[in-house]
Amino acid sequence: MEQFVMAAATILIGVFGCICYFFLSNMALDQLYPATGPMAGANINRANQIRPWLFMLPALALLTVYLVYPVFVSIYLSFMDAEGDNFVGAANYIWLINDDKFRESMFNNLLWLVFVPAASTFFGLVAAAVTDRIRWGNFAKAMIFMPMAISFVGAAVIWKLVYEYRPDGQEQIGILNAVWTWMGGEAQTWLTSPVINSFLLMIVLVWIQTGFAMVILSAALRGIPEETIEASILDGASPFQIFMKIKVPQIWGTILVVWTTITITVLKVFDIVLTMTNGQWGTQVLANLMFDWMFRGNDTGRASTTAIVIMLMVTPIMIWNIRNAAREAR
Amino acid sequence: MDNIVGTKSRLVWAVNLCALALVLLWTFPTFGLLVSSFRDRDQISASGWWKAMFPAEASVQYRADAPDTAVLKDGLYVLDGNIFDGGPGKVTAFGTSIREPGADLVNEPVVTDDGETVTVRANGDFTITSPTAMEGSRGMRIFATSVTPARFTFENYGRVLGAEGLGRAFLNTMTVSIPATVIPILVAAFAAYALAWMEFPGRALIVALVVGLLVVPLQLALIPLLKLHNDIGIGKNYIGIWLAHTGFGLPLAIYLLRNYMVGLPREIIESARVDGATDFQIFLKIILPLSFPALASFAIFQFLWTWNDLLVALVFLGNSADQLVMTGQLKNLMGSRGGDWEILATSAFVTIAVPLVVFFAMQKYLVRGLLAGSVK
Repeated sequence: MEQFVMAAATILIGVFGCICYFFLSNMALDQLYPATGPMAGANINRANQIRPWLFMLPALALLTVYLVYPVFVSIYLSFMDAEGDNFVGAANYIWLINDDKFRESMFNNLLWLVFVPAASTFFGLVAAAVTDRIRWGNFAKAMIFMPMAISFVGAAVIWKLVYEYRPDGQEQIGILNAVWTWMGGEAQTWLTSPVINSFLLMIVLVWIQTGFAMVILSAALRGIPEETIEASILDGASPFQIFMKIKVPQIWGTILVVWTTITITVLKVFDIVLTMTNGQWGTQVLANLMFDWMFRGNDTGRASTTAIVIMLMVTPIMIWNIRNAAREAR
Repeated sequence: MDNIVGTKSRLVWAVNLCALALVLLWTFPTFGLLVSSFRDRDQISASGWWKAMFPAEASVQYRADAPDTAVLKDGLYVLDGNIFDGGPGKVTAFGTSIREPGADLVNEPVVTDDGETVTVRANGDFTITSPTAMEGSRGMRIFATSVTPARFTFENYGRVLGAEGLGRAFLNTMTVSIPATVIPILVAAFAAYALAWMEFPGRALIVALVVGLLVVPLQLALIPLLKLHNDIGIGKNYIGIWLAHTGFGLPLAIYLLRNYMVGLPREIIESARVDGATDFQIFLKIILPLSFPALASFAIFQFLWTWNDLLVALVFLGNSADQLVMTGQLKNLMGSRGGDWEILATSAFVTIAVPLVVFFAMQKYLVRGLLAGSVK
């Protein structure tokens, strides 16, 4: 009960505090530089210079403390020892390069980086193309989009049931093994078989991200100018040719955006690996390795170094995004 | 494609089939979880969930009452009972030895090595009779092959919400996600307005900063912020996680809202300025109401993200009953109750129920937000 009172109070204080801050700071500014009297013109100008910063102050403060400051502290910690007390130079980075678990994570992350965005974008494109042409398309879209609302942990449970193993002779209750044994195979403990288990984890993320790709690509497909399609129909192109040679090239930019957005999700993937295999049997990834060193290893130096590696992998996309946004603003 | 005579209907068929296959593939796993959450433990381990609609065949093992409780009736010592304990089920075969669990036929009396006669009926009733007094305190074991009709139950939900602590975790998740959704909206809306409609030096730089911060991995922020929270005395607490979620959600909030606000018609804002409205009034009375769709989009994103989050909760909240959120609880159950699918499936469905409702109710805004939010 107490925590509800606290939560309700926080909402009230938060909302009310925000409104009070903006209202009072605005009033103070108007008092300080009144828009009347002999100095009215200069005062209005000065107030207009200050006001944007009043509007942005809470957001900038939070962004600085919660996102900018940690970047620098992490860089600092990556050069310190386990407790963050003593400077150790590049020792953490050297350890990292020689660590088997790190190499395994790096390899797996690269696999994820290739497979998940490619598969999600492909299925998303197919789903967008077919659902735009059928009468029950909206229903189909909602069903494919639905996994987006499901938590990674929930998805992990859902797919663990799919991959569930029962010893030979018992009734298989996981659909994968049921199909596999029905086809004449021997029941497998899928999640402990290296390499294939990584792909089984990736399928979970593909299942979640396809809906995202489909929604964005479907909007892009509908935005293609009709004339180009009509012209190609007149020229006798087949539906498949129209799709591959007329439509896809025109939405290439959007495909790239979908690809990079999913790439970022992939680099941060954590919950699925933690809950399904906890990085065992050769499925470790960077984000889970970082978590391991943070809580089980209690080594802030190594954990920070791993986090920095994730950051470095994200950086090219970050720069690309900033450039695009800047070009659009112009 | 009406131009290609003759291939039209075949293409329509192919497209429909393709869509159907995708939809089935994408809903099948979730549907399995839903069905499993309504089955009881024995059924789940006896057959795959896709067979839930059909009667399940299972092996039942039952230990009869202790022999010394047999009653004397018409010169015979008699013990009776029901191997389903009165529940539904149909025995197809039975046995009195573990080596031959289905050796004997229903309704036909079988004489054991000890000279006792056992009869089992299809509904599970059994009778053990013996001409001499039965001895010992361990009852005879009866093995039976039974067919249980399809059966669904709500019991799992009651159990999961109560004994497994998910009810409490549900409340904790709400405690986390509602303030963490409401607070960033206001903070971001003001900043977005300034970035969209106020002229000042450095504006482009701040927009670029926000775009850059959109992709900063959370992993980078965890250790420094946990240290910071501990140093300033917040520790592992709801206040800490509200602040963290607010901070992490702000870049997307500012980005979405700014993009939307920039697109609002310039004339409205300028005529309001001419009429003497201050920026504060313009924001509250014109921009905020007009931006409702963008606010709703962000609110849904943030709500889904905070509700579904595991990482931030693991780091910024404790593991005690009054702070454990549902995703954390589900993760713990996956560790401790790995094979108990009735518990896992039901728990998972409870955790995803609210996001699914929000999703289906507000899908329009979610799609709109996605379209605006992916960096073009």
